[in-house]
Parts: sequence; structure tokens; C-alpha cells
Amino acid sequence: MTDALQSRLDQLAPLLVSGSPHAADLGFVLDAVRPGEAVVRAPYRDDLIGDPDTGVMHGGVVTALLDHAAGTAAFAGLGGDKALATLDLRIDYMRPAEPGRAVIAEAHTVKVSGLIAFVSAIAHDGDHNDPVATAHAAFMVSRVSQEAADRVRADIEAGRAGPFTRTPGPGEKGSPR
Amino acid sequence: MSARLALLMNSPYVRRLGVRFDHHGDELTGVLPYVDTLVGNPLIPALHGGAIGAFMEITAAAGLLAASDLAALPKPIDVSVDYLRPVRPADVYARAAITRQGSRVSNVRVEAWQERRASPVAALHGHFLVKPVGEQR
Repeated sequence: MTDALQSRLDQLAPLLVSGSPHAADLGFVLDAVRPGEAVVRAPYRDDLIGDPDTGVMHGGVVTALLDHAAGTAAFAGLGGDKALATLDLRIDYMRPAEPGRAVIAEAHTVKVSGLIAFVSAIAHDGDHNDPVATAHAAFMVSRVSQEAADRVRADIEAGRAGPFTRTPGPGEKGSPR
Repeated sequence: MSARLALLMNSPYVRRLGVRFDHHGDELTGVLPYVDTLVGNPLIPALHGGAIGAFMEITAAAGLLAASDLAALPKPIDVSVDYLRPVRPADVYARAAITRQGSRVSNVRVEAWQERRASPVAALHGHFLVKPVGEQR
């Protein structure tokens, strides 16, 4: 089962970041994905700076990075085939990230309970033991997400489309927005 | 706009996100204009939770800067975000309320909504480190 899950995750890996327009736009890179775990990196970029006086990356980038890493870990913890919604995300900002350095988020699923995954994550800029921020999040398999995912799976199986191209759901206008 | 609020708005990341603020008297409403690159999950489709969290953090900081004269940008200590509804591919609005304004730490709540103010899509509460002008530390 674990091997089957790992091979499914390996197959999906290229899509777990680049398939999310916002994560791709911020330049996130997936470093690793294993059952229940994910490592996502945000390379330093001038257009992600929060305070021009210090050159420190904006806290919002760290927020988005932790959210994405935690969501990917939850996806990988819930079998790698279910669409999830974030219930909550709590972040503690420990210190500013070092200007010029990539920020790395390491997330692991603490526990899966029914449709809920509880995830813990840290963000650091090189030293795992000196975190920039830590986070806790809860994710849930959501009906609306699952219906969307089921439509896409049906499309893929019928050869109509690949992942991340979608046919409109019931009651939606013809073209994807 | 205060000089500090201008500094916040001039941050490359805030500019990139396209966030702006509408002033109505002493009320400040944050606007996150919809663009395709805000989408987190194209299957639903829904905006990225991280983008919503970041937008609400920026709104919290702007609320603090609008409420008092600060010598530096507020720094987040911790934030907790509740995601209440899927955030549709459309503009998002947010307003901050300062629960407690301290001389070092302020507690802020932010609500974000889309079509209806009474149906928030997300809520944030958090603590921010503040440095009022003229305070000795």
C-alpha cells in the first residue's frame, strides 16, 4: 500500500506545485513528497520582499509556503487521491528569514482521523533547528473539492483531459474561469 | 495615507499581490483584486489559502498603521486563520478590527468576504509587535 501510494505521489509530484497557479507564481519548488510528508521551498526573489529597508521576505510568502506544504502533506497523508479544504492554519513567526536565502517548509501529517488530517510544519532558511516559523493546520476532505476531483478523474479515465484541465460542473458556465 | 501605510503599500510583495485600500472615514477596507495567479486549486476552482492569509495579514498591518502613529511596520508574532467557505475566483475584501492596542503588542481580528459581508470566507486573529512613535524601549 505504501509503495503504491509512493508511486502515485511520485507520478503526481510535478503537479503538486506547478498545478497550483498561485504556488507556481510565487516560484515554489517541491523538494520531496512522501506518504504524509512534504517539503516545499521558496527561492529568494526581490519581488517577494516585504520590507525594502531590510530585504526580508514578506511574512505572507511564508504563510503561503507553509499552507502549501501542509496541504501537500495532508494530501499525501490521506491517500493521495482526495481533494482537501483547509479548515484552519495557525502560524508562529519566530524570526525574520535571512535576506537572500530560500525558505524551506517541512510538513508532516501528525494524525489522520476519518476525513480530517492534522498537520505540523516548520519553515527554516537552512538550519532545521533554527525555524523562521512553525505552523499547525487541519484539513478536511471536502464535498465540493471531492466532486471537482471526481469529475477530473472521470475525464482522465475517459481520455477527455489531463489533471488540472477540467470540464465544468453542473450549473457552471461553459468555459473554465 | 500615512507615510508608514505608504511604506507597507510599497513593499514589492504587497504591490505584486495588487492589494489596495479603500478609505471611508476612519474605516479601511482592503481589496484583493482577482487575477488568475491567485488560484490555489484550479479544480474547484478556489483561491490559494496562503494568498488569503497573506492578504488578511496585510489588512491587519494596515489597520494598525491607520489606528496609530507607529515608528515601524507591525511585525506578526502569530496568526490563526479559519477558512470558512471556498474562496471563489473573484475579488476579496477584508476589514480589520483592533481588539487590544498595546504599547508593544496589539491583538487584531480580520474578516474577509466576497459577495456578502455577512458570509465571511475567512477570519484571522493574531498578535502583532508594534512600536509606537516616541515610545522608549
